[in-house]
Amino acid sequence: MSTVKESSPDPELAGTGAYTWTGKSRQWFLRHLPPEKLLPEDQPSYVASWAYVFGMGAVAGLIFIIGSGVVLSLNGPQWYHVSSLGHFTNSVHLWSVELFFMFMVVHLWIKFWMAAWRGGRLLTWITGMLAFLVSIVTAFTGYLLQTNFDSQWIAFEAKDALNAVGIGAWFNVANLGQIFMWHIMLLPLAVGAVVALHVVLVRAHGVVPPLDAAATDAQLRDSTAGAQDPEAKPS
Amino acid sequence: MTKVPSTMSWRTGDNIASRPWRGRVRDYDLFKELTIGVVVVGLLVLGLSAIFSSPDDPGVTLKSWAAAAPADFVATATAELGGSSGTAGYGPPYNSTPDASQHLGFFNPQELSGVRLAIDTANDFVINPLKTQSTQLPAVAVWTAATADQQAKWAANYSAALAAAPDGDPAQVAKGSYGPVPELAGALLGMARSGNLDGVLQNSGQPYNLNYTPTILFLGDGSYFPSLAAAAHLTGDQWGVMNETGNTPGQSWLWLFSLFYQIEPFKSSPNADILVVSTMLVLSLLLTLLPFIPGLRSLPRKIPIHRLIWKDYYGQR
Amino acid sequence: MHELLAQAPLPVTPGTYFGWGPVMIQSGNLVVILTMLALFILALILPFPGGRSRK
Repeated sequence: MSTVKESSPDPELAGTGAYTWTGKSRQWFLRHLPPEKLLPEDQPSYVASWAYVFGMGAVAGLIFIIGSGVVLSLNGPQWYHVSSLGHFTNSVHLWSVELFFMFMVVHLWIKFWMAAWRGGRLLTWITGMLAFLVSIVTAFTGYLLQTNFDSQWIAFEAKDALNAVGIGAWFNVANLGQIFMWHIMLLPLAVGAVVALHVVLVRAHGVVPPLDAAATDAQLRDSTAGAQDPEAKPS
Repeated sequence: MTKVPSTMSWRTGDNIASRPWRGRVRDYDLFKELTIGVVVVGLLVLGLSAIFSSPDDPGVTLKSWAAAAPADFVATATAELGGSSGTAGYGPPYNSTPDASQHLGFFNPQELSGVRLAIDTANDFVINPLKTQSTQLPAVAVWTAATADQQAKWAANYSAALAAAPDGDPAQVAKGSYGPVPELAGALLGMARSGNLDGVLQNSGQPYNLNYTPTILFLGDGSYFPSLAAAAHLTGDQWGVMNETGNTPGQSWLWLFSLFYQIEPFKSSPNADILVVSTMLVLSLLLTLLPFIPGLRSLPRKIPIHRLIWKDYYGQR
Repeated sequence: MHELLAQAPLPVTPGTYFGWGPVMIQSGNLVVILTMLALFILALILPFPGGRSRK
């Protein structure tokens, strides 16, 4: 924490906020996640590839999962068996999940080949992996809620793996009420929280530079002597 | 031009990956990208839903089972009475059958979790449902008055006789010492046929019940329900973990989990489930902690796919 | 059980499966996996429409 004694031109830092928990928290957030980082209007020049669209694709998929899931929740788990609108909503829920996973997996592959954990981005990688793993469990509980042949069979088949590791009583795949709570309450909260943290971390740390980027590249301004790069204009 | 190869470490250090970017930037509009993403993905989702819909094969009830495969139902009811069904010998969390649980060496989480969803197959699946009927069967009284040994003998005799009969047909079973078992199994078949058993087994005497464990386990102890799953390629040895009914994609992201069940040493191990789950947990942990693992984290440098990803950047400097 | 299933129409949709030895894959899953691989490769080779550079 910087102290208020420091001469800072920023009134935000010099203000009384630094004395209270609230003020200290605000300073912490503003330092790590200033508005221009959270909602950027530019990106490094290397952020120019189709490789960068899959994270946003997964977020868009998640928006449709949540939207269709809310409509399904409002009508209850039996609705889609008897209503054509319900069946279509169920289809939207299914296909947005399929797309969400497809985009997320391609995003994961690409971030691996970028070695995107470099330069203090460890937690971004870990939260991304957590989002993937928690999403797998969430999708699995969704399959158990289909209340049809597939969910019956999955419940019978999957109990063995869960019982073998001793969690079958708390995560009882044949107990519709229990799985219902996992799927529409506990796990969506977890997915939402992890994805939100992941996105905030991406914004806070910025997009990882290319593996072979060097400070001598023509695309970089000289950091010490100012604008020596002929292509760089003073901003 | 001298270049120091950037480190593959996750640590913050004096390198270009750790500093804020000081190079050239390009225009970027976060909200515009989000809007485009939502519109494109929305059109894809609506299109796929309209074209391919989603599967909804009706579930199996005890009633539909009794109608489609009465001989299998009677054989299963007999096995539940005699304690020889899959559920009866399952071990925790349903019962305490010795040596039934899976373990990794001395580590036995199944045993540690204890009997938390206690199920006594003879009483819970057969006798108690029969007791709910308005006319009490004399056979129920005969069964409950007998010793456990006698009960097991009757049920075992009848199971063997059913297996020997043509098509397992209860009507063609040879005479033998079966006690009240044929009558109990036959009465349960009658309850199932009428649809009563579905309600009785599922609601356990409560007005509200969302727990389908008894029904699912009873269905799974038979041959009819698993054979339907096998016909739809849903069983574990058919990569069924990742499959959906019909041609709709299922949980393809479970491919590795599913793969382990197809190969040795998992495939034929009596501890297959705990082995596969632990392996998957370890592998997931490794992938999560990959930035810490020397060698693995250097793969992106050794196989330079990043040259393609950033081909514009590398080409322009 | 198979003769039993033959008597009644199958109440469950079977689907199309492709198999190579121990490998067996459902058509829908195969399409999903191939699509992901295609997206990955296309993302690497297709040119990205350039935005304006600044600074």
